[in-house]
Amino acid sequence: MRWVLIGSLTDIPRRGARCVETPKGKIAVFRTSEDRVFAIEDHCPHKGGPLSQGIVHAAAVTCPLHNWVISLETGRALGADEGSARTIPVKVESDEIFIALAADSKADRAA
Amino acid sequence: MAEKLVIIGNGMAPGRMLEHLLESVPGRYAVTIFNAEPRVNYDRIMLSPVLSGEKNFEQIIIHGDGWYIKNAITLYKGHKIVAIDRDAKTVTSDHGVVEPYDKLVIATGSVPFILPVPGNNLAGVLSYRDLDDVNAMLLAAQSRTKAVVIGGGLLGLEAAAGLEAQGMDVTVLHLMPTLMERQLDPAAGYLLQRAIEDRGIKVICKANTKAIIGHKKVEGVELADGRIIPATLVVMAAGIKPNAGLAKEAGLAANRGILVDAGMRTSDPAIFAVGECAEVGGHVYGLVAPLYEMARVAAAHLADAKSTAAFVHNDTPTKLKVTGIELFSLGDFADGDDRHEIVLRDASAGVYKRIILKDNRIIGTVLYGETADGAWFNDLKKKQVDITDMRDTLIFGQAYQGGTPLDPMAAVAALPDDAEICGCNGVCKGKIVGAIQEKGLTSLDDVRAHTKASASCGSCTGLVEQLMSLTLGASYNPAAVQPMCGCTILGHDDVRRLIKAKELKNIYAVMQELEWTTSCGCAKCRPALNYYLVCDWPGEYADDYQSRFINERVHANIQKNGTYSVVPRMWGGVTSAKELRAIADVVDKFNIPTVKVTGGQRIDMLGVKKEDLPAVWADLGKAGFVSGHAYAKGLRTVKTCVGTDWCRFGTQNSTGLGIRIEKFMWGSWTPAKVKMAVSGCPRNCAEATCKDVGVICVDSGYEIHFAGAAGLDIKGTEVLGLVKTENEALEVIVALVQMYREQARYLERIYKWAKRVTIDEIRRQVFHNLEKRKGYYDRFVYSQRFAQVDPWSERVSGLHKHEFKPMATIGLAQAAE
Ligand SMILES: Cc1cc2nc3c(=O)[nH]c(=O)nc-3n(C[C@H](O)[C@H](O)[C@H](O)COP(=O)(O)OP(=O)(O)OC[C@H]3O[C@@H](n4cnc5c(N)ncnc54)[C@H](O)[C@@H]3O)c2cc1C
Ligand code: SF4
Ligand code: SF4
Ligand code: FES
Repeated sequence: MRWVLIGSLTDIPRRGARCVETPKGKIAVFRTSEDRVFAIEDHCPHKGGPLSQGIVHAAAVTCPLHNWVISLETGRALGADEGSARTIPVKVESDEIFIALAADSKADRAA
Repeated sequence: MAEKLVIIGNGMAPGRMLEHLLESVPGRYAVTIFNAEPRVNYDRIMLSPVLSGEKNFEQIIIHGDGWYIKNAITLYKGHKIVAIDRDAKTVTSDHGVVEPYDKLVIATGSVPFILPVPGNNLAGVLSYRDLDDVNAMLLAAQSRTKAVVIGGGLLGLEAAAGLEAQGMDVTVLHLMPTLMERQLDPAAGYLLQRAIEDRGIKVICKANTKAIIGHKKVEGVELADGRIIPATLVVMAAGIKPNAGLAKEAGLAANRGILVDAGMRTSDPAIFAVGECAEVGGHVYGLVAPLYEMARVAAAHLADAKSTAAFVHNDTPTKLKVTGIELFSLGDFADGDDRHEIVLRDASAGVYKRIILKDNRIIGTVLYGETADGAWFNDLKKKQVDITDMRDTLIFGQAYQGGTPLDPMAAVAALPDDAEICGCNGVCKGKIVGAIQEKGLTSLDDVRAHTKASASCGSCTGLVEQLMSLTLGASYNPAAVQPMCGCTILGHDDVRRLIKAKELKNIYAVMQELEWTTSCGCAKCRPALNYYLVCDWPGEYADDYQSRFINERVHANIQKNGTYSVVPRMWGGVTSAKELRAIADVVDKFNIPTVKVTGGQRIDMLGVKKEDLPAVWADLGKAGFVSGHAYAKGLRTVKTCVGTDWCRFGTQNSTGLGIRIEKFMWGSWTPAKVKMAVSGCPRNCAEATCKDVGVICVDSGYEIHFAGAAGLDIKGTEVLGLVKTENEALEVIVALVQMYREQARYLERIYKWAKRVTIDEIRRQVFHNLEKRKGYYDRFVYSQRFAQVDPWSERVSGLHKHEFKPMATIGLAQAAE
């Protein structure tokens, strides 16, 4: 696993999200009103809605397609709904955001 | 012979270290201190009371000259150490004194962070760190002119309060959206800002300093948005940096601060570091509690080489030392779903308390307005006490274990007597309460009959009922209102009335004053509140994009596969060869898979990728198109037929009227979408009789219809009335929509609102009562000044750039490195 710099905290509005494009698909990076940062795959467990486009409240996001509420910490659907999205480790160091990417063998060969 | 201990810096950390050392091993060391500041050890924390005039310097001295003499310590005042020679084991001061050491302690503290902007070295630009800064500020304050403080953290606010107390006109510039955002959540930040502003200090958040202007002396501060704030004094309080330069030059390991182990020893075993300049376990510190802990540990190791004393990290509570502002923040206060929060808001007392729990243990606390229990919460947190048994009463504090639950009517109780409750009939709280008491009223109908309150549109019914409960006590039982969402007990109507009555002008104000039970709302209440504020305070409230649904945030409709559809505005459904060509070009250029004619006489381009949106708009914009707002809770389309222009049955210029209405009303936000149509004769080719608002032209004028539906529900329109001229038709339609904007609940279509308020009441207000009609019309016209901004051109110009492009793209090679 390796940390990759993706940008700075101010690139994301509070209570908002931005995307990062990776070879394995889009990752949504969220910033809460309290400057906590989370990354999860940009793919709702219900029908694949883009979570990065939802409304962020506390440490959760409401999917824009059918209003499932997804925990940013665990990627799991909250309330009565069931399902979960993959979470990606993030760290913030002096306002720079890093996400952890697994070094995967297929990409290795491609490089 | 005593070993030689040399200390660089004479701040609070080494002062405390010496006290420990003198107590445990008196006489063990011959101590020499070099201090760049030409004075003894004083309580730096108390500089703020010195600035505000509540204390003088003598009162904040920790170790007076006598103390150094008594303990045989040599203090070089005003000597700055410029070099450490680790081989020779000596230090050299800027006055040329060379002093050998056996053990060396570096305690150089921090240096203020000076913004790297032009003009930062002009006379009149100060930092806030030591007594010299305070004296310089006091001198500048004698002029009683304008001061700007850059930085809305602890230091900046204390400086601002002190300067204000000295008679200056102070403005605080803060880069972030809320004050002290590192220590406070936005809710408490809002309360703090209000309290600071109440003292007459101006606060500008999201203020990005571009330059400090002036010739020789400072004359003002220029912001990135071009604003200039005049000032004769500028205080930079934008943060501090550990002062580790000297240690780095001497080759000691350093990161942000000088790296030390848990015993405070640097990478050279003869050298220790304590205070703000030291970095231990990945942390640097800026509050004295942990620095005193460093002092204790370092003293233990200096006294006994085999000591096992070790520094452990502990959260330190933050308080603001501004008289009259009570604030306390501790630990981790971010929320998350493995955490639970308990929130208490008492709007009338200006109190906000929030405790964050994880596994039934406190991990963080924010208190505002009432901080007496801070110490108790800190204690519970430190000891990791399981609070399950006192969970229900925990937030009331130690003294109130078993206290009474919150009063749900506190918000209404706190309203002043002249607060307007019923907007339609202009009835204030005092009048309603008076009537209930004097006339012995006991039912809602009685109150309506006597005062007219809630007798018109009915949106204030909830509030009137609360007033009745308040006045009559338990003998009155109102019908339950459906709360807006899980974050509040108030219904939509109550919230709307209270936003007006209490003049609440931002989301944090609403949540605080109406005692929301969550710290930042949810996806149900935030878009509703944002709409209410946009509607009620045009020009004053700044639209909160993060509280809007995605369609309104990107000005396009999200489709089921995450792509978007784009619909340009075609006024009245009329287009031209030039427009069609431009659309065709865009479709080709961006490979847009589907183009379709909509039910509202528009052209829809479906399947546009989000990253392409700005470029698509740019091209459409060049051809003269603006956004069709096909995504908006706002005016969507005005369908028309060809009327007298072409049709043999036409009675009026229906196309022209439709275009005129659309050009007048586009851009306005409404509680739910609004679709309109204008037909040139009763044959009704534009299907105006199933729209939110419709016009049927007849020989004698214009018949205005409204409250139709053709979606999940189907409903023919109601007739509002017949008017003779196009101008009058426009005025009535605008007044109708404005009444709807001001009164309906978020997401409530016109037909549902009309059913609740009754057709007659609406007709009375916007058709028969000319004065009311004019009032609604004027308010709409005013709010359009701020609403008719084409969102596309705004975005093309670069607003919120990362919204559309990924903030980063990680390629294959990079991912595999
Ligand atoms: C206005 C203000 C309000 C504050 N309020 C609070 C509060 O409410 N609560 C709280 O916990 N903390 C507060 N602090 C922070 C607290 O005062 C500091 O954390 C603490 O004083 C740091 O102590 P120190 O010994 O590490 O460094 P300092 O006290 O900064 O001492 C460092 C000393 O070293 C000297 N020096 C530097 N380089 C050299 C050199 N090369 N040679 C010789 N001497 C050198 C400097 O002149 C300075 O006197 C406040 C600070 C300020 C400025
Ligand atoms: S509504 Fe009347 S005027 Fe308009 S196109 Fe139809 S028939 Fe002609
Ligand atoms: S009718 Fe239903 S399926 Fe068709 S566009 Fe409207 S919402 Fe979608
Ligand atoms: S795809 Fe997210 S809720 Fe349906």
